[in-house]
Amino acid sequence: MDAFIDTFFNIDIMRQAFPLLMKGAWITLQLCAFVIILGLLGGLALALAAVSPRGWLRWSAVIYIDFFRALPPLVLLIFVYSGLPFAGINLSPFVAVIVAFLLNNSSYFAEVFRAGINSIPKGQTEAARATGLSPAQTMTYVVLPQAVRNVLPDLLSNTVEVVKLTSLASVVSLSELLYSANMARSVTYNSSPLVLAALLYLAVLWPLVRVVSRYQRGLAVH
Amino acid sequence: MNARRYMLEVRGLGKTFGETEVLKAIDLNVSEGELVFIIGPSGSGKSTMLRCCNRLEEPTSGAILIDNARITDIPRRDLDRMRLNVGMVFQGFHLYPHMSVIKNVILAQIKALKRPADEARQRGMELLDQVGLGHKADAMPSELSGGQQQRVAIARALALDPKVMLFDEPTSALDPELVGSVLKVMKDLRDKGMTMLVVSHEMAFAREAADRVVFMDGGYVVEAGTPDEIFGNPKSDRLKSFLSRVSGGAH
Ligand SMILES: Nc1ncnc2c1ncn2[C@@H]1O[C@H](COP(=O)(O)OP(=O)(O)O)[C@@H](O)[C@H]1O
Ligand SMILES: [Mg+2]
Repeated sequence: MDAFIDTFFNIDIMRQAFPLLMKGAWITLQLCAFVIILGLLGGLALALAAVSPRGWLRWSAVIYIDFFRALPPLVLLIFVYSGLPFAGINLSPFVAVIVAFLLNNSSYFAEVFRAGINSIPKGQTEAARATGLSPAQTMTYVVLPQAVRNVLPDLLSNTVEVVKLTSLASVVSLSELLYSANMARSVTYNSSPLVLAALLYLAVLWPLVRVVSRYQRGLAVH
Repeated sequence: MNARRYMLEVRGLGKTFGETEVLKAIDLNVSEGELVFIIGPSGSGKSTMLRCCNRLEEPTSGAILIDNARITDIPRRDLDRMRLNVGMVFQGFHLYPHMSVIKNVILAQIKALKRPADEARQRGMELLDQVGLGHKADAMPSELSGGQQQRVAIARALALDPKVMLFDEPTSALDPELVGSVLKVMKDLRDKGMTMLVVSHEMAFAREAADRVVFMDGGYVVEAGTPDEIFGNPKSDRLKSFLSRVSGGAH
């Protein structure tokens, strides 16, 4: 039992590793901020293209969305980081991670937004257009506010996925939270830093997951 | 009798959906201040005809004029300005559920008509008072009865000061006890001189408030006349059988 505690819950080692893990957590936070904010914006733009009356625009968006949802994010990341240099495109690990996960995640957000837009009855659009609102105004003031409200739980749960996804960045040696914890483990010959990293992920994500499932239960009751 | 000018003219209007010809050369005029009632069996093209009048539906042939302007010639990008002249009320109300009643009535005034916010609010309150719902300005649509929602929808359309109002079965989705309040608002509107084209099954209201009644069947205007002519002395067999079905209690 003591050996177990010593290996996984060694407070001294956790304390030593803490500053390094905080640096890692800061990078994780930056990754999340970029991928979530740009992913939401890109996803919204893609969703608008996917419901556009212009055929070519709609089809380009649908193909993009399907392609990047089908491609495993790790494959995408390794391609962007290790594959593109052969074409003369060298990205730093940080930028490579953001580019790869943005390609992946904007398509997930797009799918959520598209489902939300399609959930709004046609009568809403017709009523708005009949009062002289333009297609863009109808989307902005009538359709999107209702659509976003309808898919808020899905947007949140996708956000949770982004945070988890960022741990993959450790494979391109970006010193985010998981990478830093693993580094501390290999220096101290002790797994407590990994446990600490896990606890940090949980501390952030558990409340989010609770909110999502409460929200979904609340919707199901309606 | 019709020394007044036409506010809405439908000339030889045709509409096909794919293979099906839903409207076949409809001719119809509504003079300024007139209330024209449209009756006819379900599927006869009444909604389609109404929806062509603000180009929610694109006519296949023919012309439509609003206040002497050929709205069928307007390019798509200019439709929004034309629609300010044509108010429309739907069977399903279609209020915006995420906005308060007053915001529903203000939105298009500000965004489409470009009215200043305080002016829009004032006009909105005037109209809510007119439909008897001034005290519900800050309520959400979900807190209102169907009849109240429909009256807000009427106020929302009126807020743009349209030249013509189109009503597509405005009371068909309502519980019977709520129909009266909506019809009263429409009657007041008529008395104020609004030009109105109304699709409805409320025959008693047609007798009381309509200047003329038009009977549509199978994509044609089969018969048109005063309420007395249409209800008291129907000529075509199709109108006779329609009237006996409707008064027979099917509705
Ligand atoms: N968007 C559409 N696509 C195909 N058919 C339609 C469409 N809208 C209406 N129709 C058809 O046109 C006919 C007339 O419909 P409608 O104008 O709604 O009649 P009414 O309002 O008199 O009941 C119906 O047969 C209906 O199925
Ligand atoms: Mg209809």
